[in-house]
Amino acid sequence: MNNEELKRLKKRKMLNSVMHGIFLACTLFGVIVLAVLMIDILRKGLPWLSFDFLKNFPSRFPKKSGIYPALLGSLWVILLTAIIAFPIGVGTAIYLEEYAEDNRFTEFIKLNIANLAGVPSIIYGMLGLAVFVRLFSMGRTILAASFTMAILILPIIIIASQEAIKSVPSSLKQASYALGTTKWQTVTGVIIPYALPGILTGSILAISRALGEAAPLIVVGALAYVSFIPKGPFDQFTVLPIQIFNWAGMPKKEFQDVAAAGIIVLLVILLGVNSVAIILRNKYQIRMKD
Amino acid sequence: MEPILSIRNLNFYYGEHKALKDVNMDIYKNNVTAFIGPSGCGKSTFLRTLNRMNDFIENVKVEGNIIYEGKDIYSKEMEPVELRRRIGMVFQKPNPFPKTIYENIVYGLRKNGVNKKEVLDEVVEKTLKAVALYDEVKDKIHKSALELSGGQQQRLCIARAIAMQPDVVLMDEPTSALDPISTMKIEELVLELKKDYTIIIVTHSMQQAARISDYTAFFLNGEVVEYDETSKIFSNPRDKRTEDYITGRFG
Repeated sequence: MNNEELKRLKKRKMLNSVMHGIFLACTLFGVIVLAVLMIDILRKGLPWLSFDFLKNFPSRFPKKSGIYPALLGSLWVILLTAIIAFPIGVGTAIYLEEYAEDNRFTEFIKLNIANLAGVPSIIYGMLGLAVFVRLFSMGRTILAASFTMAILILPIIIIASQEAIKSVPSSLKQASYALGTTKWQTVTGVIIPYALPGILTGSILAISRALGEAAPLIVVGALAYVSFIPKGPFDQFTVLPIQIFNWAGMPKKEFQDVAAAGIIVLLVILLGVNSVAIILRNKYQIRMKD
Repeated sequence: MEPILSIRNLNFYYGEHKALKDVNMDIYKNNVTAFIGPSGCGKSTFLRTLNRMNDFIENVKVEGNIIYEGKDIYSKEMEPVELRRRIGMVFQKPNPFPKTIYENIVYGLRKNGVNKKEVLDEVVEKTLKAVALYDEVKDKIHKSALELSGGQQQRLCIARAIAMQPDVVLMDEPTSALDPISTMKIEELVLELKKDYTIIIVTHSMQQAARISDYTAFFLNGEVVEYDETSKIFSNPRDKRTEDYITGRFG
């Protein structure tokens, strides 16, 4: 190697190190901001976190404030949202990937589902208010909120399920058909079992997104102050993000810390839901040799 | 000898492209019929017309007749789902389901409404013995089929196909992904299975066709150039193109 080549090599290696550093900085930026945020919230919120905080109603005294109605409201909304959105979403994906003919109409639907996934959530709130609250006369209830949230996360569930169904090797589908099975039997026998981990992961992540949404539910009519426990789909309600938002806007300084405690509760639930997704995925993951 | 499948004036199109041109052929019962020819000659396409696996491809067209048990398999009277139960298929790459060995074999039976445990147990044992896999896997039939070797997987796929008691078994280059020893085992198996089934095999290897088949069809550009007893095709081909192909002058 002559001098010229050595110099060039040095330059190339140098550039490599510089890029290495830049990309590391990019990664650290996100991690550090998140860490600062977490530390701040934990520092403020942890002292307020107690069993009473979980069991109490909101109050004008920070010390007596609790998150119980919002917690139950969130759980109700999420449960109903999942029950509504999961079957419809998976059904749509199966239709689009397995049953629908590959024509312009199908293309049009697929394209629009992808677009719907990008529509701001407040628009879904307006839709929910117009359709579920008013047109279907559901009122400002958990049910109306759940339908609104279901519509909001439907595109995400459909797209995740479509991807999971597409990943089923065609050799397996052909093997099933070649044994004299109908389309539905192949869907239940091969496609769903194989695609299930992907479908579940996508759906649960979609549901955890709904858990953190506040905007559409404010429009649909979640209450700012709730002094009762929601007992069923037809009750009025509030949810965790809205409760947190209210506390954050209170003039008393201690309420900032109460809000932080609320955020910790919300984060723990989110992490819990996401771990369920990971556990399910690992449990059902079928390792395929190529 | 009585044909089990009679193909008359069969044309097949992928869109505008004519992939099969006026194919005429009788397939005889309890024989092994081999399709040979260079890549893209239409032999696999032809094989897949016989159990209507081409139905899943969009924008294809079939003309002509394939007569099976007195019925045209592309007519309204023939239900493709039932046809595929009677004419089974083994694919190029072993494709066991990600299930247990047991569940692989009984998959088709379960989907056809057979659920009695005694019946299923018996079929599993019988078919595993028929494909000479029983001794190798008898202690792990409730373990995943994906743990088997490639050759074992392919024999399992054959077992899965014959568990349906088909009349005909179509094999689409079943040994092309396997090592020589596994290939030899599959070839021995084919010779054994022809006592009970009619076998049609697409193969890239002329030696394989010569070793195991009774009849051979040579395909070129979507046409059947020559179809005759295997011994005649290999010793005394009538067509110059067949002779060129089997002597290795092209393909």
